[in-house]
Amino acid sequence: MNSYPDWWKLVFGRFTLEAIPYHEPILVATFAGVVIGGLAVIALITRLKAWGYLWNEWFTSVDHKKIGIMYMVLGVVMLLRGFADALMMRGQQAIAFGANEGYLPPHHYDQIFTAHGVIMIFFVAMPLVTGLMNYVVPLQIGARDVAFPFLNNFSFWMTVGGVVLVMASLFVGEFAKVGWLAYPPLSGAAYSPGVGMDYYLWALQIAGVGTTLSGINLIATIVKMRAPGMDMMKMPVFTWTALCTNVLIVASFPILAGTLALLTLDRYVGTNFFTNDLGGNPMMYVNLIWIWGHPEVYILILPCFGIYSEIASTFAGKKLFGYTSMVYATVVITILSYLVWLHHFFTMGSGASVNSFFGITTMIISIPTGAKIFNWLFTMYRGRIRFELPMMWLIAFMLTFVIGGMTGVMLAVPPADFILHNSLFLIAHFHNVIIGGVVFGAFAGITYWFPKAFGFKLDEFWGKLSFWFWVIGFYVAFMPLYVLGLMGVTRRLNHFEDPSLQIWFMIAAFGAVLIAFGILCFLIQIAVSILHRDRLRDLTGDPWDGRTLEWSTSSPPPAYNFAFTPVVHDHDAWADMKKRGYRRPLGGFRPIHMPRNTGAGLIISALATICGFALVWYVWWLAALSFAAVIVTAIAHTFNYDRDFHIPAETVLREENARTEQLARA
Amino acid sequence: MTTATATAQQADTPVFHVTDDEHEHSGGSTMLGFWMYLMSDCLVFAVLFATYGVLGRSYAAGPSGADLFDLKLVAVNTAMLLFSSITYGFAMLAMEKGRQAAVQGWLIVTGLFGLAFIGIELYEFHHMILEGATPMRSAFLSSFFTLVGTHGLHVSFGLIWLTVLMVQVSQRGLIEANRRRLMCLSMFWHFLDVIWIGVFTFVYLMGVLK
Repeated sequence: MNSYPDWWKLVFGRFTLEAIPYHEPILVATFAGVVIGGLAVIALITRLKAWGYLWNEWFTSVDHKKIGIMYMVLGVVMLLRGFADALMMRGQQAIAFGANEGYLPPHHYDQIFTAHGVIMIFFVAMPLVTGLMNYVVPLQIGARDVAFPFLNNFSFWMTVGGVVLVMASLFVGEFAKVGWLAYPPLSGAAYSPGVGMDYYLWALQIAGVGTTLSGINLIATIVKMRAPGMDMMKMPVFTWTALCTNVLIVASFPILAGTLALLTLDRYVGTNFFTNDLGGNPMMYVNLIWIWGHPEVYILILPCFGIYSEIASTFAGKKLFGYTSMVYATVVITILSYLVWLHHFFTMGSGASVNSFFGITTMIISIPTGAKIFNWLFTMYRGRIRFELPMMWLIAFMLTFVIGGMTGVMLAVPPADFILHNSLFLIAHFHNVIIGGVVFGAFAGITYWFPKAFGFKLDEFWGKLSFWFWVIGFYVAFMPLYVLGLMGVTRRLNHFEDPSLQIWFMIAAFGAVLIAFGILCFLIQIAVSILHRDRLRDLTGDPWDGRTLEWSTSSPPPAYNFAFTPVVHDHDAWADMKKRGYRRPLGGFRPIHMPRNTGAGLIISALATICGFALVWYVWWLAALSFAAVIVTAIAHTFNYDRDFHIPAETVLREENARTEQLARA
Repeated sequence: MTTATATAQQADTPVFHVTDDEHEHSGGSTMLGFWMYLMSDCLVFAVLFATYGVLGRSYAAGPSGADLFDLKLVAVNTAMLLFSSITYGFAMLAMEKGRQAAVQGWLIVTGLFGLAFIGIELYEFHHMILEGATPMRSAFLSSFFTLVGTHGLHVSFGLIWLTVLMVQVSQRGLIEANRRRLMCLSMFWHFLDVIWIGVFTFVYLMGVLK
């Protein structure tokens, strides 16, 4: 650092050439892979002359369907990154016993487990869930887009901005070494002076803006834009869960933003919120972060409950059992999720009464959740069940999630938690509910709605292979962690002394390899399905004999979703329409009012990301410049009053005629 | 629409789509969306208030609120902000009557009160920092500066917004879109007033109590 002249500091902040990790063979190889892969993709796009297409039809699109698909692609790509981290950890823990140090030194291992957690929650689970909600909710409520289409595009690109910062940390500098929630004082300036923590803070801050705005957007959409006749108790269950999830997002992500901002001030300005001296209180951070963090897990799981509900009733061929109780259970979970945060740190020492309160509220959550399980079971009971892939995911979920739920109730008992806190038992528990609930749910949702989005089904053989690898892989990978946790092994260790533990870690590593095959089969499934799309083609727009409005339109739906806004009489609106002999209107179309595409969202997000990067490296001039540019661009965007257009009636007629022909062929 | 649906059901020939279709993207959702944004912003302040509540007495042997706060100055400052809210209200009344010049005039007055508020706040901060009461001195001062400063940042942002809106109103007049934007800024401005009343009570008034 000393050898760098003053002008260097002025221009490049604390960036030095040593910050490029060229001495880490793993990272160099990854970097080479990313560069080669990236160049190949860029070359391919250029060769296909697809840049204009991508820019006009996707990147600047305000169509909720396209934004939804982009979220899904982002989630799947980041799943590969997050899973690579998981494999490395499992590999390290399987071999690092006694004299063997393994291949990951502590400083690298710590970055990997932090990156794994951050990426899997913020940049895999969130995009997958948000993407599904974005795609499906407007279709389910009979709307033509979301309430704020531009904000939707902007939200997506802010999420991408967070991803870019996390990925940049891999090759420029380092990532945080503090665990996914970055507890101070470890994450404060005194103990984490490097850039890793700052990458963490700015990535989450930027992505968080996008998440909050998309939450507001979807609430406004669901509250204001439902088709006539669809009162609250006629909304499809997925829409209900989406509503509750977005309420949770709007009511919790600002807390994350505030908390991270305080930690940022501690690190950048030298304030004393969470320091050990001058009156700071690190436990304040832990409380605040979990007031966001606990609702966050329900943000992820609630939409998946919605997906399972849709699948249960569709593939059992009957109405969901106990629609009303399902809705109330969802709402009760939404409320209770704010009353349990302290169960993440019973060991703080807040005393028996406080711990009892939070232990009991936590246990109470299992009641509405249990009610849901019974609703799904009774929906299946005496139904005409079709065991297609989504149904298989549903059953795997119910079995797995019940186990995870029960270990959760165990952890909710404060005295038991004092033993199990921070152990691998906890790791096994939350992977049990997140993989068994959210990941299975995302795969179920992808399989279920893929034909709606693209007009052809996913290949069943590779899907089933992926399913079995995932489910078996999950059990092999995580059941040993329960055992290890009960034996007292704590989390986040990169080396062990006791050789008797090794066998369990080796089994877990084998399970991770099985899951890797599951992911591989999923990717092959997508590729094979695209290759065989003509064989898998669905012309009806309703491949599963669906029950909700998204199945009433073509697959993929036209830009305007519905030529005429549907009128709803029942909460399974499309099943009701089919039963009562609904006829598609063939004429009398009118021009349709739609929002216009804009590049402003992408540009503002790119500038915000540059600003974040500059702040990480203390490049103050660039930070100030890009921040000013964000403000100026945003203001300039408000001077554009010409934001919508009409799809002419002739275009609608043409599209609807094409659909009529398609239906005749089906 | 509901009546149409109901009659259709009674006649037992259900209507499954709307024919007189005009699903506009305007007004209603914006107000609801902006309300939700305000509530989310309110939660950011809730975090800052909670932090102040926990750390507000952690002086670390440094100065306390009683040593630092000049209530008279803060009272003047509070008056500035409250007056700005009243004048913004006058701007909105003028907007309802469609009097563009009056709207612009009241917006200028509002902006000047806002500037005065920010000016006095900066003077107060400057004074405290000169006395050695910096945000780094103690957890109390960290949470004080962050809570009050975040409110100040919001007001500053509101002033930029106000200026932009004045330009837009002068360019296009009181069209529907501009009325909606003035409405949003109005909610934002009054929201900041409410937050300030919380700050004034919990930070300043209770801070000088022994």
